[in-house]
Amino acid sequence: MKPVSHISGRAYPFGAKNVDTDIIIPAHWLKTISRNGMGKGAFETVRAEPGNVFDDPEYAGAPILIAGDNFGCGSSREHAAWALADMGVQAVIAPSYSDIFSSNAFKNGILAVVLPQEAVDRLIEVAKTDPIDIDLESQTVTTPFQDRFTFEIDPFRKSCLLGGLDEIGLTLKMDGAIGAYEARRAEAFSWM
Amino acid sequence: MTSKPRTLYEKIWDAHVVETRDDGTSLIYIDRHLVHEVTSPQAFEGLRVAGRTVRRPDLTLAVPDHNLPTTARVDAAGRRLPIADRESADQLAALEHNTRAFGIRYFDAVAPEQGIVHVVGPEQGFTLPGTTLVCGDSHTAAHGALGALAFGIGTSEVEHVLATQTLLLKRSKAMEVRIDGTLGFGVTAKDLILEVIGRIGAAGGTGYVIEYTGSTIRAMSIEGRLTVANMSIEGGARAGLIAPDDKTYAYLEGRPMAPKGEAWTKAMAWWRTLPSDPGAVYDRTVLVDAAEIAPNVTWGTSPEDVVSIAGTVPDPDSFSDPSKREAARRALAYMGLVPGQRMQDVAIENIFIGSCTNSRIEDLRDAAGVVKGRRVASGVRQALVVPGSGLVKRQAEEEGLDRIFIEAGFEWREAGCSMCLAMNPDKVPAGERCASTSNRNFVGRQGPGARTHLLSPVMAAAAAVTGRLTDVRELMRG
Ligand code: SF4
Repeated sequence: MKPVSHISGRAYPFGAKNVDTDIIIPAHWLKTISRNGMGKGAFETVRAEPGNVFDDPEYAGAPILIAGDNFGCGSSREHAAWALADMGVQAVIAPSYSDIFSSNAFKNGILAVVLPQEAVDRLIEVAKTDPIDIDLESQTVTTPFQDRFTFEIDPFRKSCLLGGLDEIGLTLKMDGAIGAYEARRAEAFSWM
Repeated sequence: MTSKPRTLYEKIWDAHVVETRDDGTSLIYIDRHLVHEVTSPQAFEGLRVAGRTVRRPDLTLAVPDHNLPTTARVDAAGRRLPIADRESADQLAALEHNTRAFGIRYFDAVAPEQGIVHVVGPEQGFTLPGTTLVCGDSHTAAHGALGALAFGIGTSEVEHVLATQTLLLKRSKAMEVRIDGTLGFGVTAKDLILEVIGRIGAAGGTGYVIEYTGSTIRAMSIEGRLTVANMSIEGGARAGLIAPDDKTYAYLEGRPMAPKGEAWTKAMAWWRTLPSDPGAVYDRTVLVDAAEIAPNVTWGTSPEDVVSIAGTVPDPDSFSDPSKREAARRALAYMGLVPGQRMQDVAIENIFIGSCTNSRIEDLRDAAGVVKGRRVASGVRQALVVPGSGLVKRQAEEEGLDRIFIEAGFEWREAGCSMCLAMNPDKVPAGERCASTSNRNFVGRQGPGARTHLLSPVMAAAAAVTGRLTDVRELMRG
């Protein structure tokens, strides 16, 4: 996984509450063999509406998505995180997330920033005209207008994101212990 | 030296800890990994993108089952027939490609060993007592019937196991479900597990690993035990375990992938130490009297919506929990049933005998026993028998079971998941009912708008020949 430390650029001022994973990626996109290319299906039903933020050239390729409460609720499909990553989203800012979505986002290197509703409202205003800056090291979100919001993040997740370590990468670092177990296993459980 | 008495679950867990971390999670070694076409493509792609390999291809076995069509797979000349659905064909091609690229053993779509992952594992002796076994499918719990700690995992975890042969896990609580006594005439393992789920509820086992104990389980065949353990997840438990015994060893000995000779002796010596110690403590115990169980059917859209075939559709107002009341109301609207309606009056248009819960040879023998000399009722539009594996199919044909089903008006299909989840062309039309030996009666599970009644193979056979939900005991008594 690529290390995540600094994300800056335009942000989709989406803002909707209770965005479920069916909205992020509809079920018919699940019968696929790739995690890539799912960006095409991301927010398909929202995109069907004229004037939606996702097709506005102003925000094309924006690395940040700003949403309302309870983002990523509903089905546990990991495809939701894959779809966001594929459309180029590296961070989401929202007041809250479903547990499974924040875990899936984390596993796929997407930073899920939690900020209070007032901060989110202010950022949506800024996002309409200007870029936003997220710094993971200092845990801050800033704007060109001297706004400065700090956010909390689980220290384990923070270090994984900063180091570009996915869970598999971390476990692979325990290769010695796994190898030692395999040696014990070959002795005690040779029949396996 | 006295050590604390341990449960079967604790013994398997302890034997697989690579390392325990400060935050209470443990890195657990995985002995067996089953792979199928639907939840694996993105995992293999993840490996490729990160430039990783499969750590232990020798501990991994792949077989397609979920969306493979169950109609003929070869033409008269023995050539493989193409799969019409492009996405299914792509998923299958990806599995073939990935298993070849990463050196994983693969039973292809036309191999005699092909079948549903959870039927193939035990049948091949890939599943063994005391092992940890995972698969990207929630019914992996089935393998617990042989004393393996087996559970379903998500796609990221599939990739994690492929790359590291381990998983980071937190230890679950242990629940004992103790069933004593003799199952009545016409009452099967399926009725037993439906009874258990009806009692503990669909979320009753959340956070637990269930161990099934008691004289009823000891007397039960391995096939029956597989049915019981299979549905642990429908009671919310990630895994269900049954201690290995002489029946387990007799079932496994000589299977293609089971240990042989000296290795077998060595394995047996350890397996015999696995059953829970006297005095081992469970976090919760549920007691069930087998003699009280009748043939069961489901009336709603959750596997906990269980009622005896002699019973009636419940009144939503009879539930004390308001959310359950609301759920029951919605379920009855979806199912097209009214409170107080007799279950035996419910007409059925589709019959499905199959799925990893009930598609083994014993299931087919039992169902054929009911069907023999009878005909599928005229109101039944579709009656499928889908064996769990190519080997089950072959054995059934050697025993003449296929003739019994076909002469009665059933379709005799190739092995796969089929109408259990309707990912292939086998679907229940919207608004129609299906008497199904599968494990999930969720909204739309067997096709959009499909209405599912879960029941045992003999009960499905009885529904097929009468055209309505039927107490098989009346039919068998003649
Ligand atoms: S038969 Fe049904 S429950 Fe079993 S593995 Fe296949 S889809 Fe899953």
